Amino acid sequence: MREIGGEVKAAKFDYILARSIEEAVQSLEKGGGEAVIIAGGQTLMPLLAMRLARPATVIDINGITALSGIEAGEHEVVIKACTRQAMALASPLVQTHLPLLAKAIARVGHQQTRNRGTVGGSLAHADPASEIPLAALAMDARISLRSVAGVRQVALTDYFLGPMMTARADDELMLSVHFSRQPSQARIGTGFHEVSERRGDFAVVAAAAQVQLDANGVCTTAALAVGGVDGVPRRINGLEAQLLGSRIDQDSIRATLPEIANAITPGDDQHASAAYRRRVAGVLAERALLEAIAEAAQ
Amino acid sequence: MNKREMTLTINGKAYARAVEPRVSLLDFLRDDLGLSGTHVGCEHGVCGACSILFDSVPIRACLMLAVQADGHDITTVEGLCDEDGAPGVLQEAFQDAHGMQCGYCTPGMLISAQALLAQNDDPGLEEIKEAIGGNLCRCTGYVQIIESIQLAARRLREAGQ
Repeated sequence: MREIGGEVKAAKFDYILARSIEEAVQSLEKGGGEAVIIAGGQTLMPLLAMRLARPATVIDINGITALSGIEAGEHEVVIKACTRQAMALASPLVQTHLPLLAKAIARVGHQQTRNRGTVGGSLAHADPASEIPLAALAMDARISLRSVAGVRQVALTDYFLGPMMTARADDELMLSVHFSRQPSQARIGTGFHEVSERRGDFAVVAAAAQVQLDANGVCTTAALAVGGVDGVPRRINGLEAQLLGSRIDQDSIRATLPEIANAITPGDDQHASAAYRRRVAGVLAERALLEAIAEAAQ
Repeated sequence: MNKREMTLTINGKAYARAVEPRVSLLDFLRDDLGLSGTHVGCEHGVCGACSILFDSVPIRACLMLAVQADGHDITTVEGLCDEDGAPGVLQEAFQDAHGMQCGYCTPGMLISAQALLAQNDDPGLEEIKEAIGGNLCRCTGYVQIIESIQLAARRLREAGQ
């Protein structure tokens, strides 16, 4: 008996403290769509407390050491799914090799939520306005998913299916997020800008940009993604194509911005109107691209 | 009732309890252990009133299951006072610099400030704002809260000299 109060917010569930990836995957399989993973819990806990989620089984992966950590190989940097956002933000590997992700994580919640929240959890939840999915999409990241059938990798460009809907199947556990490692001599610049009601809130609209320039200042790669303006974060391929192969300045960026309006379908809600989101997406994209160009030119 | 046995350390004291997995760490601290200094605010991770130190870093107690604290070390606002129960340096500074109005956000503010000062006893204004950025004060008494933290930092530096 509980001594005071006595009301419990969440509905009943079976709790499994998984000790290995195998155990977690087998528990997911056994759960048959009624089991959920708890990592940092920063999204799942409110859903449980409000009974918006009523899973039969909650599988805790926090005890699996193989799911936490950041590694740099010759060709890629790998962030394991249960790595805390605070750990990623403080990581020299992330700061050095994945500067756009570092800029994005700095805007995610607050220290209290980043100390628990995980990189993989944010990608698994896939809120269309959240920062980590947006940056990872602009960085052409890939996600490793594991089921009892084996491991597969999904490119983020194929991963987001709708608001909080992804290509991850109910019986798949996210293992890691994979980022291509850029050559150290590459002239790369990044920019991340958002509008939110308070610092740390979900973005109303956000833009993430990463560009690479050659020795003559000509743009050789360009990535721009905008969030909060559609059911999923969107890459703006038409804009990227126009920036390639030329020197970029404010005028040339502005000439490409109409591509954004063609690629997004923003909605109205209590935070902002569709018209506002459309307008702000262009402003933030311009700021993100200008910051990226300035950084790459240094 | 599907309870799980767990042991944990809270404010330096060892506890062993059986708890239902669906109980949040916040409700466990308050209702099962009677440690009601940690406040219930929004209960979805926005307000910061339930902030505690979990293995020395600040987290939201409403966003964890109690069973996830098995084997871990927790400090709540009750743990910030001196051994004889008198207010600690930080709490005294909040009193002296009027760092509270209604008091509802105060435990969370104290925890966030404690985490900051444990890392940095001479924080700048922006560092203080960042540290308490996840704690809402509905009285909007932020100026005195910041001054309280600055006062505590000064007293800690003076005591350390």
